[in-house]
Amino acid sequence: MMTANEALFQFLLRQGDNALVLGHRTSQWCGVGPVLEEDIALANTALDLIGQTQLWLAYAAEVQGEGKSANDLAFLRDAYDFRNLLLLEVPNGNFGQAIMRQCLFDAFQVPWLTELQTSSNQQVADISAKSLKEALYHWERSSETVISLGDGTEESHAYMQAAVDFCWPYAGEMFCDDAVDEAINTAGIAPLPSSIRQTWIDQVESVLSEATLTKPNSDFAQRGGRDGIRHTEHLGHMLATMQVLQRSFPGATW
Amino acid sequence: MSASNEWPLWEIFIRGQHGMSHRHVGSLHAPDAERAIKNARDVYTRRNEGVSLWVVEAKHISASSPSDKGPLYDPAKDKIYRHPTFYDIPDEVGKM
Repeated sequence: MMTANEALFQFLLRQGDNALVLGHRTSQWCGVGPVLEEDIALANTALDLIGQTQLWLAYAAEVQGEGKSANDLAFLRDAYDFRNLLLLEVPNGNFGQAIMRQCLFDAFQVPWLTELQTSSNQQVADISAKSLKEALYHWERSSETVISLGDGTEESHAYMQAAVDFCWPYAGEMFCDDAVDEAINTAGIAPLPSSIRQTWIDQVESVLSEATLTKPNSDFAQRGGRDGIRHTEHLGHMLATMQVLQRSFPGATW
Repeated sequence: MSASNEWPLWEIFIRGQHGMSHRHVGSLHAPDAERAIKNARDVYTRRNEGVSLWVVEAKHISASSPSDKGPLYDPAKDKIYRHPTFYDIPDEVGKM
């Protein structure tokens, strides 16, 4: 049986790791974005997400009670200790795929963080209220870009259809409730992720239809990220790059 | 990519605080006005620079020609009486 503290810690890792892993992936666009304006926008998004990571992981470290910091959790854990969605750790691929992933995640983040604002846990509510403003802007930007590119040229449409086909099997993991979610829901900290599913489907369907894209006709969900049981092979490579400085020079600061 | 395939250029104006006027801060590329505002938000207001944005497609701005500067501006140079520098402005008036 999981203690309330352990469930809260796992919940906070999921929140923090989602932001951290997508933040790092998004930061990989810095300097190689398709146009200057998009490059800067992506860097801003990455910074928003890293800022959210700091809040979630600092609280996670406090709940863990082992005297660690947000930095320790970010840079000194191995892949199997990460609790992010698989969707967020797969490589960026092309710009269309990255923006599709962002859009599918934002469509979840907005209703999810909206609900979390009324969490019984005041710190969770506060971090969510702050993050929601950023998520709303990310959603506006990512959904509009998906629509522009999907309903764009024949070539951009083909890229976006391939992107949604690629991302789709990973997206379902967002709504796979488990024992941590049950415990957190019972404590009034967060709703069950599955309760957000219909809102998400509605939002995504409306964007895909405006983008003239076909929603993949499958409910199959790749799982194993948010419980850490089976990450993709990509997370280890990403962490190797992200963590190399702290691994090589432990405790380095600037 | 040929120039005709590129997004149009937009001039960006930001109002720094309420009561001030919009000021030109630079330009950027965007496919339409809405995206120009979003891009301007990301490119020019990252450090809390503004409370309002205007975007104007650059082709809609008519500019005076540098070769006309004699006839346009020189006549104003020797008309010192047009400058309201002989008035004392009370502090309460604030920024003018």
